[in-house]
Amino acid sequence: MKRSVFALLLSAAGAMAFSSAALSETPVNIGIVQATSGGSAALYGLMQKNGAELAIDEINTSGKLGDYKLVGIHQDDAGDRGQSVNIFQRLINQEKVAVILGPTLATSAFAADPLAQKAGVPVIASSNTAPGITDMGDYIFRTSPPESMVFPGVLAYVKKKYSPKTAAQIYGIDDTLMKSAYAVHKKALESEDIKIVATETFQKGDVDYSAQLTKIKAANPDILVIGGLAEETANIVRQARQLGIPPSTVILGANAAISNKLAELAGATADGFTVGSGWFIQYDSPKNKAFVEAYRKRYSSDPDNFAAQAYTSVYVVADAVKRAGGVSDLKKLRDAIAATKDLEANNGSFSFDAHREPAVTPKVLVMKGGKFILAAD
Amino acid sequence: MSTFLQQLVNGISLGSTYAVFAMGCTLIFGVLNIVNMAQGAFFMGGAYFGLEAARLGLPAPLALAVALAGGGLLGMLSELVIFRTLRARGGHRWMGLVASLALARMMIGLAQEIFGTQVQRYPASDLMQISWEIADVRIQLLQVVLLLVSLLLMALLAFVLQRSSIGRAIRTVAFSEDVARIVGVPVGRTILATFFLAGALAGAAGMLLGNLFNVVSPFMGEQMLVKGLTVIILGGLGNVPGAVAGGFLLGLIEVFSVAYVSSSFRDAIGFGLIFVILLVKPNGLFSGFEERRA
Repeated sequence: MKRSVFALLLSAAGAMAFSSAALSETPVNIGIVQATSGGSAALYGLMQKNGAELAIDEINTSGKLGDYKLVGIHQDDAGDRGQSVNIFQRLINQEKVAVILGPTLATSAFAADPLAQKAGVPVIASSNTAPGITDMGDYIFRTSPPESMVFPGVLAYVKKKYSPKTAAQIYGIDDTLMKSAYAVHKKALESEDIKIVATETFQKGDVDYSAQLTKIKAANPDILVIGGLAEETANIVRQARQLGIPPSTVILGANAAISNKLAELAGATADGFTVGSGWFIQYDSPKNKAFVEAYRKRYSSDPDNFAAQAYTSVYVVADAVKRAGGVSDLKKLRDAIAATKDLEANNGSFSFDAHREPAVTPKVLVMKGGKFILAAD
Repeated sequence: MSTFLQQLVNGISLGSTYAVFAMGCTLIFGVLNIVNMAQGAFFMGGAYFGLEAARLGLPAPLALAVALAGGGLLGMLSELVIFRTLRARGGHRWMGLVASLALARMMIGLAQEIFGTQVQRYPASDLMQISWEIADVRIQLLQVVLLLVSLLLMALLAFVLQRSSIGRAIRTVAFSEDVARIVGVPVGRTILATFFLAGALAGAAGMLLGNLFNVVSPFMGEQMLVKGLTVIILGGLGNVPGAVAGGFLLGLIEVFSVAYVSSSFRDAIGFGLIFVILLVKPNGLFSGFEERRA
């Protein structure tokens, strides 16, 4: 108890020292809207908050922004879009943020992003993978490649390697992201001429998928495509194998299923699980190695692609602040963000395309021994 | 045919967890006539008690005992803190509903703080991987064990209610608190004991479901509460055998509506069917057994 009071005093003293130092610096307020409570969403939210805060501290320490100091203001929307809207309003009107990073879920983005668009505050998402996010306006960006950019590549890889003829699909019917992922998966399957022999759904909070999977098993598909978040996907994979869907049936997941949690929950049954991602941990570049090392040192765990993308988002902001010559004019900042080109990032060089989508080449990852590794051809 | 049998196994296995949970619900809602919305939180609490015990290396039967005791203590706590206080002050039963809802939210918040919001799983064991394939039907050892545990808990509850002195006291209080007082039954203690039993059953169900589907999370009790309420209405309020039968029935209805209609309409069909049953038998499926109440 004594210790924590001491720590409190110390941090209060630190905060005072910080505020007096900030007088000579120009703060750049960055809203970080990530769910750190509230079920599945927190899996992705916490990772992104970590990634963003790591990048903010790195940039401030490096002094590369001169008198500008990045100030991260994290708000937890608990994955609830009503709260996302309230938080966006507060960040825009009271905190006067220069940019908002997030929100965690696409459902929240569709509710809250229009507020920022209207107010002329740039938004950079690092986990929204649903179609139509950047269609909301010219102030909306994302560093997370959408499902439609990622999944066709995954399917092409699986088709080349296993030549599947039939597929089954299962997806979350009450989740905006998963419904749109389902549509992307279906379109990709059809264009690869793979016949869909079963389509099943589940709902948020479901724990038992055995009835759906028994039907899928009876249809005997060559591949199974899951449109679910990491925790759901982990249990679907595990129950599928327990019900006797053979390892020869390759299981593919959505971008959102990538989480270190998947291996923990599904155990050995997750072996062979295949996904696509804009980033992967062993990506061989000095920048990525430095990122992974710094992340591990600070949080004592491995980053995932969402942490990596949030980290990149902050570097995109810093780069744009520099080129725009500050944040007094947010239109200028937006233009600078949009002009981001060949920025050195943890997955190679990063650029935005004309639609404010990330111009990255997605990689195919396969789960092996509890870790996602780059798929071998 | 093998698909049908597999779905039957799926349904029975899901239904057994519903049945155990619903027995606890029917004791509180039906027998004591108290609306306790924290019953789902006891279910969640029991799952965490069992999880922590299992992580400490306790063997499964002991972990189950911890889940039972933990859930039971939470149940008693809710009676002592909320319901007894409200009764003493002449509170309306709707106040108990809101107060217990508040307790449930507080417990969920507390669980989020202590355990985090992420889904956790029971430690993996080789025993849990064992399964048999009989005529193309997969049966896991885990499913068999959990079914046996459920049946054991049901038998145990029936024994306590029918044969023990505390069971007689509970039945007397259920009949009438005034009568119970006149014949010298300690009403307060009997109600407390009932809360313990109900909480313990919820806790045990939490551990069973957590094991079966590998999911323990602070939010797991919310959906379960709705299922529990459905089952006890289906089985007849206060009717313990009805709650058991209703639990298995709901599990089977859910599985078979996915199997033979569509997974997208599972709840619509499940609840629609229950609606029809209630129109035909407004006192629950087993209203003919009304004299066996409690």
